[in-house]
Amino acid sequence: MDRIEPKSSGNQAVTLPRPFVKWFSEKGWQPRAHQLELLARAQAGENMLLIAPTGAGKTLAGFLPSLTDLVARGKIPPGSAFTGIHTLYISPLKALTVDIERNLMKPVTEMGLAVTVENRTGDTPQAKRQRQKLNPPDILLTTPEQVALLLANKEATRFFKDLKYVVLDELHSLVTSKRGHLLSLGLARLRKHAPKMQTIGLSATVADPLDLQRWLVPQGETPAPPAGLVHVTGGAAPDITILGTDSRIPWSGHVSTYAIPEVYEEIRRHKTTLIFVNTRFQAELLFQTLWTINEDNLPIALHHGSLDAGQRRKVEAAMADNKLRAVVATSTLDMGIDWGDIDLVVHVGAPKGASRLAQRIGRANHRMDEPSKAILVPANRFEVMECQAALDANYHGAQDTPPVGEGALDVLAQHVLGMACAEPFDPMELYDEITSASPYATLTWEMYERIVDFVATGGYALRTYERYAKIRKMEDGRWRVSNPQIAQQYRMNLGTIVEAAELNVRLVKRNAKGTLGRGGMSLGKVEEYFLEQLVQGDTFLFAGKVLRFEGIRENECLVSNAFSLDPKIPAYAGGRFPLTTYLADQVRAMLADPDRRVALPDQVRDWLNIQLERSMLPKQDELLIETFPRGKRFFMIAYCFEGRLAHQTLGMLLTRRLERAGARPLGFVATDYSLAIWGLNDLGAMIADGSLSLSDLFDEDMLGDDLEAWLDESYMLKRTFRNCAVISGLIERRHPGKEKTGRQVTVSTDLIYDVLRSHEPDHVLLEATRRDAATGLLDIGRLGDMLGRIKGHITHRDLDRVSPLAVPIMLEIGKESVPGEAQDAVLQEAADELIAEAMS
Amino acid sequence: MNRLGLLAHTTITTPPATEDILVHGIAAVCDPLGGLYLPETGMLIVSDLHLEKGAAFARRGMMLPPYDTIATLNILAAVIARYDPKVVVSLGDNFHDRRGSEFLPADLRAMIAEMARGRDWIWINGNHDPDGTTDLPGISTDELVYGGLVFRHEPSLISGRGEVAGHLHPSATVRRREKYVRRPCFATDGHRLLMPAFGVLTGGLDLNHKAMQGIFARDTLVAHLLGRDRIYSVRYGNLMG
Repeated sequence: MDRIEPKSSGNQAVTLPRPFVKWFSEKGWQPRAHQLELLARAQAGENMLLIAPTGAGKTLAGFLPSLTDLVARGKIPPGSAFTGIHTLYISPLKALTVDIERNLMKPVTEMGLAVTVENRTGDTPQAKRQRQKLNPPDILLTTPEQVALLLANKEATRFFKDLKYVVLDELHSLVTSKRGHLLSLGLARLRKHAPKMQTIGLSATVADPLDLQRWLVPQGETPAPPAGLVHVTGGAAPDITILGTDSRIPWSGHVSTYAIPEVYEEIRRHKTTLIFVNTRFQAELLFQTLWTINEDNLPIALHHGSLDAGQRRKVEAAMADNKLRAVVATSTLDMGIDWGDIDLVVHVGAPKGASRLAQRIGRANHRMDEPSKAILVPANRFEVMECQAALDANYHGAQDTPPVGEGALDVLAQHVLGMACAEPFDPMELYDEITSASPYATLTWEMYERIVDFVATGGYALRTYERYAKIRKMEDGRWRVSNPQIAQQYRMNLGTIVEAAELNVRLVKRNAKGTLGRGGMSLGKVEEYFLEQLVQGDTFLFAGKVLRFEGIRENECLVSNAFSLDPKIPAYAGGRFPLTTYLADQVRAMLADPDRRVALPDQVRDWLNIQLERSMLPKQDELLIETFPRGKRFFMIAYCFEGRLAHQTLGMLLTRRLERAGARPLGFVATDYSLAIWGLNDLGAMIADGSLSLSDLFDEDMLGDDLEAWLDESYMLKRTFRNCAVISGLIERRHPGKEKTGRQVTVSTDLIYDVLRSHEPDHVLLEATRRDAATGLLDIGRLGDMLGRIKGHITHRDLDRVSPLAVPIMLEIGKESVPGEAQDAVLQEAADELIAEAMS
Repeated sequence: MNRLGLLAHTTITTPPATEDILVHGIAAVCDPLGGLYLPETGMLIVSDLHLEKGAAFARRGMMLPPYDTIATLNILAAVIARYDPKVVVSLGDNFHDRRGSEFLPADLRAMIAEMARGRDWIWINGNHDPDGTTDLPGISTDELVYGGLVFRHEPSLISGRGEVAGHLHPSATVRRREKYVRRPCFATDGHRLLMPAFGVLTGGLDLNHKAMQGIFARDTLVAHLLGRDRIYSVRYGNLMG
């Protein structure tokens, strides 16, 4: 591995063209060693991956090969033959392309280079996009979706034939998502148009760089050598602390309100503070609470993905101008945008992942030679341990970014249709092209054929849709789109980000008569499922305000100011990350090792010590099960530390097994750390007398039939299916001529799922859904790993009352609703009331 | 719970827990499978079958599963077997689009013919299928007046007395202890009745929706919700607990 210290004297065999040398010296700068190395190796024809912390001059490094090549090429004389784009820069964020354009234009203008730079995103006006196709810039800054759109066009060959470099920014965050899968397929097609094209990936530190090095080059039968790696380490170590507090650290919960006065003090003490939280709800609540004690009227703002875009842009602008003292933000602010002079990052709630913490802290002090300063604010006692683990990891430079993973089938279906829109495709050629993309390297021919069939007619065993086929086989064996509307449909529905059905939230005034006014300010968007639970008069927190729900008018949710501080409906959740495997492992290690517990605050240590007296602390690879009675119920707590999603799945499966074992389970609740199940029978006694075997209960075979049976009714699987249905093109988000009808999805995917499952359970889209669920919402992969690990290492403690370690999860009980089976019970209760009313 | 789930839990031999009600003074039985049976006239009413909805979407380039029609017809066959009605009235939006009955596959056409054997069948025209049906048993009409009631697809806004209509796909949400359950329902205030949508791919419209305004006297409105194997009757004012 090449490790280069920044600013070491470079002896690369590369000379910068004169304008660059002059520019650097005028600025009093030196090109950095990694910039020169990257340039030299790219010029020698290598695909490259640059891993560097923020502030290391990554962007300039990425563009140097293009810029020097373009300077050598010189200006294209007017009247020359059509020249396609030279460099494609792809970033995950629209805002980032705009930011980069500004940052890149500066040196280009200052050096007087004859290089044209333009961006192209969903916001780019139609006329400009047309013009770009006729007269492309040298460097085009864009997003994965725009690349797919350009590639699905008949002009793609011409447009990309001169492509020399593809620069991929924030590659670490792109590759693990479906957008990354789509982009990998796009890269494979770009290589067909421009076989000599080279890739340059820019990334933050990741757990496995080789994954990315492979991703950047063609795979398939004879894979190309992995991209060359330039790895910049170093930068000043960040100064991270866990917030010291005199208040009592809560047993459970996620909102850290106990620490607000201390957080406020820190804001006062620093120039600009960036406060990260994990969910929008946390952001809303924290923002509101900060303002209730903001006696100095400090400019504190709020930024999260559901807010109105206009409002977000305002906050971003104020931030760049250093007009704000603090911003409360969710992951929408995670990525490499320059946000002015931040001198403190506060992370409220545990970061849930070591790499995520490192990247967020990197937002402070955008200069790599000064240490970033960060304070972690754990929301509860388990989170104290998690924060400590993340802090240790950061100190050791440990990384826990997720692996790249296998390419999703719904994305593949979308891509196949896109390729048919570009030009008729030969099925064998397209298969070779697709398997050259690293996420699809293992795709079988059989699965590929099923996907093509799905794109054509839905892929049903009952072949009734032949006459409506979207793509058709021609006499020469190639596939073409059936009609131009299909291509239009594809363009309108392209992309892999499926928004939940959302309604615009509009603030209206209530006049003296109690009637509602019209046309107030738009505050942002909120998920439809949340609104379905509200009745008029309910109050909730949104956009930093307590709002009163007034009703739904057409496609808008109308709200008025509630003039109260206490919202009645507590939360709309969403966007909570599960704990990474790495941190979970560290927390288990901490529990097992007295030496590692020394660093924890007194309150937390006391708590663990009492646990030791009353029950025990599990060893690192041991699964502790506690059972105890409470009220009229019997509880079983499993301390698995595998994250909420895996625990939820485990809870569903264990409940089924306990039911069969006659334990009469009533419900369960899952947190990131443990799982609690309760029932009417004494689980402890059943384990003691041997009628219930823990090793049978936790046997890996639960991932077989039990899982299948449960999936039938799983709400989470339906949500996954919805995404697959939209991305694969089964369901349209928008239909030509109907884009403004509001509801984004025109037919209920839940109903389609039920029909499909009962009539064709092996359909390819259900297969795609199950694959997604295994890694996504159900986290089955992780659950399987755990069940393997704990085999033969389960320890049971039968207690006479709740243990200290069990308190946090016991406090969560009652906060979650029980889905499925309990539904008819609710109806029964309502119907019984009617009877009672009639009889009285 | 959806309509396919309902069928899975239906045993035709055991009588379901139905709800006996009066509409405009006429006795009626609400069945949890979504049909309304009128014992005096031997009529079975179903509404908004939306047959061939999958195919209708496929014609526009969205290849929805081609199994919705057979699923809906299976449920219909179960209700017909349960009551053995003299007359079956399908209250409009029988097919999801105008071409639906024309392109109906032969085996499904035969299934309908079998169900219609030995009884009268009336297709009321709906807004999705205003032109009537092609090559199917029974007659097509816009409106039917029979046995003291009037049957039409869209509820009239002038006089609703004695009207049985569909079109709106009524559903109701019950809230108890912060839990919410939403189900299709028969909705009636004693004068007029709205039928739940019968097709397996049909969604619901909440009784609170503005399209429902002015149709019922809300103080006497009762939602008869379709449960797994019985009807749950909840007064409108009590839905939210």
